[in-house]
Amino acid sequence: MADSLTIAVAMSGGVDSSTVAAMLRADGYNLVGLTMQLWNQRRLAGREGMPEAVQGRCCSLDDVYDARRVAETIGIPYYVVNHEQRFEQEVVRPFVSEYLSGRTPIPCSLCNNHLKFDQLLITARQIGAERLATGHYARIKFDSAGGRWLLERAVDSSRDQTYFLFGLTQDQLSRTLFPLGGLLKSEVREIARRHGLALADKPDSQEICFVPGGDYKKFLDAYLAEHGESLPETAGELVSSSGEVLGMHSGIHNFTVGQRKGLGVATGSPLYVLQINGERRQVVVGGGEQLYSRSLHAKRVNWIALERPTSTLRLGVKIRHRHEPAGATVEATSADEAVVSFHQPQRAITPGQAAVFYDGDVVVGGGWIA
Amino acid sequence: MGFLRRIYFDNNATTPVLPEVLEAMRPYFNERFGNASSIHHHGQETRAAVERARESVAALLGCRASEVVFTSGGTEADNLAIFGLVKPGDHLITSTIEHHAVLNSGKRLQEMGCEVTYVPVDGQGLINPGDVRRALRPNTRLISIMMANNETGVLQPVEEIGRIAAEADVYFHTDAVQAAGKVPLDVKRIACDLLSISAHKMHAPQGIGALYVRKGTLLQPLLYGGSHERSRRAGTENVPSIVALGKAAEIALCGLSDGSVQQIAELRSRLQAGVLAVVNAAEVNGGAAPRVSNTANIYFDYIEGEALVIALDLKGLAVSTGAACSSGAIEPSHVLTAMGLRPERARASIRFSLGKQNTAEEVDLALALIPQAVARLRELSPATPAVS
Repeated sequence: MADSLTIAVAMSGGVDSSTVAAMLRADGYNLVGLTMQLWNQRRLAGREGMPEAVQGRCCSLDDVYDARRVAETIGIPYYVVNHEQRFEQEVVRPFVSEYLSGRTPIPCSLCNNHLKFDQLLITARQIGAERLATGHYARIKFDSAGGRWLLERAVDSSRDQTYFLFGLTQDQLSRTLFPLGGLLKSEVREIARRHGLALADKPDSQEICFVPGGDYKKFLDAYLAEHGESLPETAGELVSSSGEVLGMHSGIHNFTVGQRKGLGVATGSPLYVLQINGERRQVVVGGGEQLYSRSLHAKRVNWIALERPTSTLRLGVKIRHRHEPAGATVEATSADEAVVSFHQPQRAITPGQAAVFYDGDVVVGGGWIA
Repeated sequence: MGFLRRIYFDNNATTPVLPEVLEAMRPYFNERFGNASSIHHHGQETRAAVERARESVAALLGCRASEVVFTSGGTEADNLAIFGLVKPGDHLITSTIEHHAVLNSGKRLQEMGCEVTYVPVDGQGLINPGDVRRALRPNTRLISIMMANNETGVLQPVEEIGRIAAEADVYFHTDAVQAAGKVPLDVKRIACDLLSISAHKMHAPQGIGALYVRKGTLLQPLLYGGSHERSRRAGTENVPSIVALGKAAEIALCGLSDGSVQQIAELRSRLQAGVLAVVNAAEVNGGAAPRVSNTANIYFDYIEGEALVIALDLKGLAVSTGAACSSGAIEPSHVLTAMGLRPERARASIRFSLGKQNTAEEVDLALALIPQAVARLRELSPATPAVS
């Protein structure tokens, strides 16, 4: 056993990563359980709009307790590693500044790129684990013909998390294991039960882990107040697509492209947020039909299935987590930029979200919508 | 995993109970189980044992038996000393490098309307007694300065601080949890009114400690109940553990003169020299200050101490870094930060703390593991400068 592969398991205290640990343990691997301490839930507790006693999901003591109990149950060493500083720098601050610039960020992808598959993978390798296993629903394969590691959608399409994993590099993919990629969630719970894990029926987490209660606006207020900054001026004009001022709004961070509720103007037909102009602090609104557009510009693009393509590709492109990939042509316009032209107009293309390119189940690459 | 030889170099966290200590306490679980307050034979038997233990602790501290109050440990002893004396409107002088039992008591006092001064330390982790003197105010009630720091082992100038306190007619408490058994303790030389010790740092069980309370010092109790411990600490005595602490105190007192402390000092030198000889960009924190003989806190630039602790644990060597927070994650050490270490360097620091059960062979095994682990961490660390 001593010379078999050592695998670090990223354990969140949830059923998925716990099941990964139990499965790999049963397969006879040397395992080390690691939980990342990312955010101190007590930090903003008690500030206006923040809960007093935090029952949040991120790094809550209950989750660490659950992860530790699983490690004890299956008999593996387990450690909590503190990456709070890096999490704040790479995930929380960008999250806040994206909203303040009128974009709608995806903190989970930033966390994957900068914490889980970067810092945690480094820690894993430093302590002697050559692989990192997580409970993500996705599949990794090596394509020997192309000589590249491929990221593919999970068998359980309702659970597929590849949208959040488009930033993985070849090196990261080569060292990562997603043992749940071929399983249905129901099967995962069944395996957890079979391994005697007490948390087999623990509910799934849904919200952003560091935003208790899911109210990101209150989080922004509390976070900025903690830093001694009141919310910078983000209020401004609500304008029509032709530039006519329809009223005032409370702050661009309160809006997301496609949003209908809470605009504060009453007109005959429903109005939607079409665009947020961060510099001019303008929120552009219009009818639902105006939400559709045919193209987007992606920045900080990461190519997975191939090196940067030299010709235009016909691919499926997904523009938010709950969106079916839509047919498009994708053209790499520079080393890390691409232009996506959809065959059919797409509703509410939202700056700050990711555009992920699929060829069937294979993630070809992805980038951030500018 | 297969067989792994385990080496324990974390004796400032806790120590194994010595066999003779375990033997001494064993009868008090079932054979001699009486409540020491009972008037019958069973009570008399355990009362005698408690008082014998009190005398042994008094001998270690250089005080009278009646001046020893048994507590549930070092934290309670520190709390009793501080909250027993300091009241709203009073002023407390303590330092930035105290154990959390004192630091967080200070924070609580501030919430209660007390004033608290935290005197700083220099780059070696030493408090300047002049700073303590300058911090004195008319309403200063208590000075609480630790004797030996738990993370660096640095010994503070408590005798000078004791003189300052005596001149100012202010109470002086010292947390001697990390000093007991490692250096001679003499409450008269230190001129302290209160001194805390913890049993599990000196080869007795966890959950028992003691506070020296100089005769005539009136403490407000923390717990209300019976008149145990001369009404200074209510609650039925933890007799087996008290007996164990007494035995451990006897052994610790002998250890100060029978060469065991010297033996640990030699192991520490061997470890320190061995590490520094092969690992570059490493240095002992507080190495130029007087230290207890068992502790070596070493920084290894470009690494996360947390990862080194894990890597070494997976190889069988138990060491520590910083202070564990409630989740078990490591926070940068307030002690090292107070010494002026950059946060990266504070996080790159590891504490090795030896005990009397450690051997030269263990030190040599550790010396084979440490450089290898540090090299692996540095190889993969983004902070390591590129070699040209």
